[in-house]
Amino acid sequence: MTTTENHHSENAYFGFWLYLMTDLISFSALFAVFAVLRYNTAGGSGGEELFSLPFALTETFILLFSSFICGLVLVSAQQNKIKAALSYLGLTFCLGLSFLGMEIWEFSKLIGEGNGPSKSAFLSSFFALVGAHGLHIVVGLLWLLVLFTVLSKKGLSSKNFSNLRRFVLFWHFLDLVWIFIFSFVYLIGKI
Amino acid sequence: MNISVKSYVWGFIISALLVLVAFGMTERHLTSNHYFLSHSALRFGILLLACLQALVQLRFFLHLGADSESKNGWKMLFVTFVLILIIVAGSIWIMDHLNYNMMPQQMNDYMMHSENMFK
Repeated sequence: MTTTENHHSENAYFGFWLYLMTDLISFSALFAVFAVLRYNTAGGSGGEELFSLPFALTETFILLFSSFICGLVLVSAQQNKIKAALSYLGLTFCLGLSFLGMEIWEFSKLIGEGNGPSKSAFLSSFFALVGAHGLHIVVGLLWLLVLFTVLSKKGLSSKNFSNLRRFVLFWHFLDLVWIFIFSFVYLIGKI
Repeated sequence: MNISVKSYVWGFIISALLVLVAFGMTERHLTSNHYFLSHSALRFGILLLACLQALVQLRFFLHLGADSESKNGWKMLFVTFVLILIIVAGSIWIMDHLNYNMMPQQMNDYMMHSENMFK
């Protein structure tokens, strides 16, 4: 990378980190709402009845593992091993999609049995918080697909590598946010 | 950049352990007759484990260490953390007090779940 490209890449990384900080703040607002409305179940079911801990644990491990694999994408890319990077990227996609699938399944099940977001304030805030995280996952997966296509066609230019760094940063942060969702919504919600 | 596979492996292992400990503590609490941890101690424990895991992931996945390159990251996180603390803790504090102060005579959902924190 030339000095200007390096400079631009570092700025882009810093700027994206700054954006992620604001994203964390919006998540914290959703967390705050969830925390405030945690007991407002409108006489219906709360976390204890609705959440399955083994299910949430599986989701957690899928996402954690995908975060780990995503890191390996970066290691391979740094060593210019494009094939390995693409394989790990593909694996990250599969894991992310599995996580999303599980989440959609859980949402459908809840809505199907009448515990949708309109049932109570508790459920509204649950769907808002976990749903927002899920939407971030969807965006991440779309970004991943585009990145995968660009990388396989154009290879690891400095611009692509810079984009890859930012995607990996995004994916790591999604797992970070999920740690807190798992801890506060599922674990603490269950006790 | 000098990232290695080792960093990610360690990060994954330690994070996984922290998740399992938090999960295990919760399951134990739910299934045992006598609680080895009080309700609020368990909540604090889970919160602590979550924060620890966040730090582990920041260090091992995001390479936020003690070097000069990481300084910006830590600074941004610090500011964000302060804002988050105000938003979350502030909301819980204010709304819980509001709920209590505005509570009618009859028992409501809130009272049934709360642990008499205003004794």
